[in-house]
Amino acid sequence: MLRQIEGSRAVAETVAACRPAVVCAYPISPQTHIVEALDEIVRLGELGTCQFVNVESEFSAMSVAIGASATGARVYTATASQGLLFMVEPLYNASGLGLPIVMTVANRAIGAPINIWNDHSDSMSQRDSGWIQLYAQDNQTASDLHILAFRIAEEVSLPVMVCMDGFVLTHAVERIDLPEQSEVDQFLPPYTPRQLLDPSDPMSIGAMVGPEAFTEVRYLGHAKQVQALELIPDLAEDFVKLFGRRAGGEHDLDGLVTSYQVDDAEIILVALGSVIGTIKDVVDEMRELGTKVGVLGITSFRPFPLDSVRTSVMHAKKVIVVERAFAPGIGGIVSSNVRTALRDTSIKISTAVAGLGGRPVTIKSIRGVVVQAIDDTLPELTFVDLDVELINRELERNRQQRRSGPMAENLLRDVGSR
Amino acid sequence: MFQVRIHGRGGQGVVTAAELLSVAAFQDELFAQAFPSFGSERTGAPVVAFCRISKLQIRSREPVMEPDALIIQDSTLLQSVDVFAGAAPDAFILINSTKSFNELGLEEFFENRQSERSLIVPASEIALRHVGRPLPNAALLGAFAAITELVTLDSVLNAIEERFPAKIAEANADAAREAHEFVLAGRKVAEHASTN
Amino acid sequence: MSTPLKFYQVGSFAVGNRLIDEADLSVQSSTSRSNSLTSGHRACQGCGEALGARYAIDAAMAATDGKLVAVNATGCLEVFSTPYPETSWRLPWIHSLFGNASAVATGVAAALKAQGKSDIRVVAQGGDGGTVDIGFGPLSGMFERNDDVLYICYDNEAYMNTGVQRSGATPPGARTNTSHAVGEHPGASFTQGKNLPLIAMAHGIPYVATATVADLHDLEAKVKKAMGMRGARYLHILVPCPLGWGSRSEETIKLARLATESGLFPVFEAEYGEITETKKIRRRVRVEEYLKPQKRFAHLFGANGHSEMLSAIQAIADKNVAKFNLWDSEEADTNHG
Repeated sequence: MLRQIEGSRAVAETVAACRPAVVCAYPISPQTHIVEALDEIVRLGELGTCQFVNVESEFSAMSVAIGASATGARVYTATASQGLLFMVEPLYNASGLGLPIVMTVANRAIGAPINIWNDHSDSMSQRDSGWIQLYAQDNQTASDLHILAFRIAEEVSLPVMVCMDGFVLTHAVERIDLPEQSEVDQFLPPYTPRQLLDPSDPMSIGAMVGPEAFTEVRYLGHAKQVQALELIPDLAEDFVKLFGRRAGGEHDLDGLVTSYQVDDAEIILVALGSVIGTIKDVVDEMRELGTKVGVLGITSFRPFPLDSVRTSVMHAKKVIVVERAFAPGIGGIVSSNVRTALRDTSIKISTAVAGLGGRPVTIKSIRGVVVQAIDDTLPELTFVDLDVELINRELERNRQQRRSGPMAENLLRDVGSR
Repeated sequence: MFQVRIHGRGGQGVVTAAELLSVAAFQDELFAQAFPSFGSERTGAPVVAFCRISKLQIRSREPVMEPDALIIQDSTLLQSVDVFAGAAPDAFILINSTKSFNELGLEEFFENRQSERSLIVPASEIALRHVGRPLPNAALLGAFAAITELVTLDSVLNAIEERFPAKIAEANADAAREAHEFVLAGRKVAEHASTN
Repeated sequence: MSTPLKFYQVGSFAVGNRLIDEADLSVQSSTSRSNSLTSGHRACQGCGEALGARYAIDAAMAATDGKLVAVNATGCLEVFSTPYPETSWRLPWIHSLFGNASAVATGVAAALKAQGKSDIRVVAQGGDGGTVDIGFGPLSGMFERNDDVLYICYDNEAYMNTGVQRSGATPPGARTNTSHAVGEHPGASFTQGKNLPLIAMAHGIPYVATATVADLHDLEAKVKKAMGMRGARYLHILVPCPLGWGSRSEETIKLARLATESGLFPVFEAEYGEITETKKIRRRVRVEEYLKPQKRFAHLFGANGHSEMLSAIQAIADKNVAKFNLWDSEEADTNHG
């Protein structure tokens, strides 16, 4: 049903339609509207016996999810940024134990300095946690990917995080086609666990595993992700048949990547999340002027769709990976995965880090990066819209005195005094 | 695509205004995207919200840099914030105030602009009479519908009804209607003046 | 029986269970006890925790007709009971992390409730480190929400699994490997301590109790009582650790008894924040009798011993006796034989 609705609310209602038995969450901006809506939905009796647990920290949120999932309940939680970090220990525990928990990560920057706005540093920091990671390009996708997430999680026995840009998507009101309960029920059968805490069939879960078998357990975790690479496209087709639209959203290819004007493009931008939409407008604009440019969106970041990326992008001359996070000391994160996909090609790959800490990624900036690529003046690693003057002032300050003061405050003072 | 930027202060319902506008557009079977610029949300602090309206799917998510319409809910912002930044020469401008352009110090600014696209609406005063509080957003949306004809008054009223509990919705709807009338009446006067 | 029998398990003067009514027999004495922690685990000889866990979980299984799920924190109990590839547990059991046993248990209980299976009960268990220190936050959350879980803390007063380091439950003066018995102030510092039973009471939860492995009937009765209630419940059991305490493995039960008789470990029950029952000390002993058999207190004794620390510990015991009203000299039993 078509609704003009806030992204967070859409996600909450879709998650509710997935019939979770336990929802446990701790509030953190910008995820709050999701869990608030779910509390209301549960209290109004719309979710039957579903238990909404108000936990006292994110560490507990994920821990409660682990206990509930191991007891056969379909479980949901949500977090962002600092909250995601605070639950890292149980995060790895959940994937190591193979529990099909689904979690929304409302992408937000990680401090210090404290910053509540959107970038991908939080989910990117957990790319090796063993969780499947899906990125939504808009709120329709954000909503639909949760349905897909529960299905994937329960089929491969791995937890899944659905990443949606904090504020930019969570707090945006737009037209969304919310699924009917009957449609969701058809796509998502009741959860049948692979392991269960059951007095009638007692077993021990969570034993210590030594050198004799640890490698094999880890390998199987990887194998399950690789299995998901094949499963996601199949499930994406099932999704279309049932819901009449693709879960990966507009221009979705196979549930793993989305592809816009890529087929004959000489320059291809690669991106994740809501910035894909902005880039599509730049693509249209530049195509009008004769530049053959396209954008490949990555929906499934883990497992990384090496084949889909390679096949889609192989013919291009230049690839610009637009990233909303980066690896200090080396550079791009997504781009290093893209490089693996494009090994043994002569494609020139550049990393453009944009939108850190909520800095808007504008059509103008993206256009500028593409123009630089056309002119062959785009460095391998660029920080888009970097305020060089601000940087230099701080560096000079450091050179002048040992007690140069806290860096963030210095920069803020400089900005404020302009 | 039509881009609207709304300026105000925290507590004045700026974000709600953008949301209501998007719902009104939705009711008129248009695509609409509304979102706030996310600053520190304190009562009284300057707040900006955006709304894009289009017949086609809206994909870009950057802030509205070149507004086709500006709604200024609090005229005290004129001194401290560059509310008109990026506004096209033929942009619609609605200012909530009981003063005139001259009194607001905007005479020069509006010299080269189409007079029927720039309007001062005493929205807070209208709201005070209907709603009992100087919350100008509903009234300004009624005025917006009249001046831009982008969304219908009916859709604005429906959006208000959907969003607020009955009594408050009614009061806000009345404010929207009055402001809508205010704009149309002003138009008639202007037309009359120009034909004479 | 015309004379009510008192049950003493004092040294070698144990009164045989065969003399009393079957209904009053301990769960442990029953051939049909669930033996939830079965033999073959790798606990040290004389391990108080292995004993306490078997007592407690068997009692819980008896009280719930075998409908029980256990959540275990990382620690000695978890490690020695599940040495890869074996497990000693005969009930559904999950180990997640060090600090989250209470939260995981909350999740288990929530799932069971959602599934309409609230007849299946949940027990969380951990050592003092996992309860008092790293698990403190989630435990407090569980208490505040009054989640339907019985949390059992097996307190051996240090991080034993990792090689004997001090925890928030380590008593003043005790030697551990992060409170060495060297320097001007040997052993753990004399701070105010962290009394988890009192903290649990401050949360106002339905039931809080302390117990030791020296009094089987008392421990079983408390578990049974706890399982007859709903909501958050907390049981704190003193479990001597021969390795960490430097005591003889055959003295585990004796030391637990001396801990209560010295006044250093008050045994009581509380409901909704108010103490309801206190176990009076029958034969009061000076702390020395309790501390001397433990090498972790060796630096208090002998020619160069820190006798001032000994006095300070005695003062703590005296304070407990007064505060909890543990010693009723009139009712004291002077006949022990």
